[in-house]
Amino acid sequence: MATESLSALKAEAMTQASVAPIDYAVIMPVIVCFLFGAALLMMRKKVAWHPIVAIPGLVCLLAADLALLWRVATGGPVTMMMGGWKPPFGIAFTADMMGAIFVTVAGFVALCAGIYATASVPGSERRYGFFPFLFLMMGGVSGAFVTGDIFNLYVWFEVLLIGSFGLLILGSQHEQLDGATKYCFLNLVGTTLFLIATGYLYGIFGTLNMADIAEKAKAMEDTTPIFTLAVLYFVSFSMKAAAFPLQSWLPASYHTPRFVTSALFAGLLTKVGVYAAIRVLLMLFPPERAEMAPLFAWVAALTMVFGAFGALAQSDLRRFLNYAVIVGIGNIMVVLALPAAVPGEGGLAMSVGLSGAILYAVHSIVVMTALYLAAGVAAHLAGTSSLHEMGGLWRNNPLFAAVMLVLLFAVSGLPPFSGFWPKVALVRATIAGDLPWLAASILVSGFLLTIASARVFALGFWRPLPAASAADTRAEKNAIVAERFTAAGPEKALSAIPLLALCSFVVIAGVWPQWLLDLTDAAANGIIDPAPYITSVFGGVR
Amino acid sequence: MRTIIFRFTAPYLTSLMVLFSIFVLLRGHNEPGGGFIGGLIAASAFAIYGIACGVAPVRRALYFHPMTLAGGGLILAVLSGVLSIVFGIEFLTGLWAFPTFLGTEVALSTPLFFDIGVYLVVVGAISTIALALEEREDD
Amino acid sequence: MEVALCFVVAALFAVALYLLLSKHIIRMLLGVVLLGNAVNLLIFTNGRIGPIAPPIIPDGAEVPLEAVANPLPQALILTAIVISFSFFAFLLVLAYRAYQDLQTDDTDRMRVAEPEDEGLPPLGY
Repeated sequence: MATESLSALKAEAMTQASVAPIDYAVIMPVIVCFLFGAALLMMRKKVAWHPIVAIPGLVCLLAADLALLWRVATGGPVTMMMGGWKPPFGIAFTADMMGAIFVTVAGFVALCAGIYATASVPGSERRYGFFPFLFLMMGGVSGAFVTGDIFNLYVWFEVLLIGSFGLLILGSQHEQLDGATKYCFLNLVGTTLFLIATGYLYGIFGTLNMADIAEKAKAMEDTTPIFTLAVLYFVSFSMKAAAFPLQSWLPASYHTPRFVTSALFAGLLTKVGVYAAIRVLLMLFPPERAEMAPLFAWVAALTMVFGAFGALAQSDLRRFLNYAVIVGIGNIMVVLALPAAVPGEGGLAMSVGLSGAILYAVHSIVVMTALYLAAGVAAHLAGTSSLHEMGGLWRNNPLFAAVMLVLLFAVSGLPPFSGFWPKVALVRATIAGDLPWLAASILVSGFLLTIASARVFALGFWRPLPAASAADTRAEKNAIVAERFTAAGPEKALSAIPLLALCSFVVIAGVWPQWLLDLTDAAANGIIDPAPYITSVFGGVR
Repeated sequence: MRTIIFRFTAPYLTSLMVLFSIFVLLRGHNEPGGGFIGGLIAASAFAIYGIACGVAPVRRALYFHPMTLAGGGLILAVLSGVLSIVFGIEFLTGLWAFPTFLGTEVALSTPLFFDIGVYLVVVGAISTIALALEEREDD
Repeated sequence: MEVALCFVVAALFAVALYLLLSKHIIRMLLGVVLLGNAVNLLIFTNGRIGPIAPPIIPDGAEVPLEAVANPLPQALILTAIVISFSFFAFLLVLAYRAYQDLQTDDTDRMRVAEPEDEGLPPLGY
């Protein structure tokens, strides 16, 4: 009797169907990160072995990501319930097209940064856990992209934050402690806001499963509380993504750690915030988001313009890049300002704009990582990253200067590189959505950023070496800087390979964008109409 | 803090607390307790030992570096979830076996190994922080 | 009960925000601790205050014998406590190191990463 009723209860509470092996791809990126991170933690004293374990680990991560992307592209969104508990009670991991694209690009840049790091991170910092922290952060990033539970999203945010804290203070320079203090406090307050919003959300809906929330929010009659939720989530994600007026922590901290750490932060961390904003505001609360669109339009426009003017005012290569990140965030935020996609009326603005925004995020992840890595090489070659003292890199190293030029073109959104097509899509969407002034601000900020990048290239690469910083002062400074940056020069294959890989992605995405556009179109459709997402979570349950 | 009474009692107190933490860990499946709270008890035991007798004896007594313990625990916890892949069920689903050992039925399950993993992670992480802070006091 | 808790949450938030607005890191740290507690209490209140019996099924039964407390907010709070505890430990060490290295705990005087007298970038060559 007892066993019978127990199995009846189990049938009620647990999923019964067996899982196809390929469906484990949902959880694999996180498993790979934690297994390799823990293994590296256990052999922390054998620093020589770290790269030998870490690089295959990152290759495994990328392979798992690609398997997930393939699974989602061929079979639609895929869900796994932790521990086999039925939704909405169990924690769901759900990967749809958008999550799969983000997680794959994240794996790609992590592999590139990992290869670069084997050349540039000295043994002492490996001993303090560069690679374990890298895997911890990648575990958090991957988890955030594939989770289908909003509290779980908060947990992954914290996991990636702990990893990023560790990477940020590795080395403990004065600058780093200063930047880390600001970064840590601001991000902690941001995630606390996220937690507050999640607490309210649980109070209102009584569930934390995203698919369940999407359905319940649609069926809700009095939507006033949802506006409060949407604003709270927007503020906390803007803080993570560094959108105006909550952006000042980013230029205060991102240039302080090692170049490879900055590269990962600039590529991935702000994009996690953008991803979460798109996921929560556009998929869970679309009507409320559309009502507040004018507010988001101002935030997006001011973020871009602020970033562009900030970039113009910088006299240091790395700090210029900090502001270039912010311009990218402003461009992606444009999607939140577009009018809602109404089924039957075309909804061109939203579908084109969302696809463009996801493509922009992909472009931004790759190009910002590549730019910081390239800045590391440039600082190593020139002995400084200050534009007052750099110069002559074109003459000494034309191939590397050409790579830098491609990346600067891409970040400014000039054809034929990867930054061009998403901007075209976003401008087209804003005009279709009757927001011509927002289209103008995209173009103006792009123009200002072009001027700023051109000046960086002219001063740092094109001009001959300035006389003032030549000879004796340089030699002295080189010794100090070389010790601090220890970025590898491009003559070392280990720093050239990742740079060339990232750069060729930038070129390929600019010249043959169609395959990428197909993927991002599918991702955008999955957000606008979340029915397949919801079906994948609840499956045969309802 | 290093009075003779404290130094004399600390090893006994520590061993009792570690024993109790293992009891709490194993009791955790059906009753209050579990890896997290057990790990906290064990970590505070090592912290007390460190306060009484200095950090070096604690490190010697632990044999492994606390971070190594944490890494091993994490691997154990993840692997106990991964085992469900072999059986074609969802990640982290509990798997049970009831082997008989010396005439007694022993309930072995993946949640137990997951809990042991959590226990090791908590012991490792908290003792790392605690020992680092105690070392700082010395200089 | 809920009303009383609401006032406690409001008071904790007020104190936490006041402390976070300070220029001194040590006060901001205390603010962060209070903020974490305020949020935990907020989640607890949001889960509704119901029966107080612990959600544990006794031996031999398969369902709880009486109405039990909602375990989910408690699980959320436990997670949040663990996370805020580890963050606090990290921030404490960081603040201490920053104080040692930068000789100040006043955030207005922490200008190493963003120097004040930077001047204009080169305007030509």
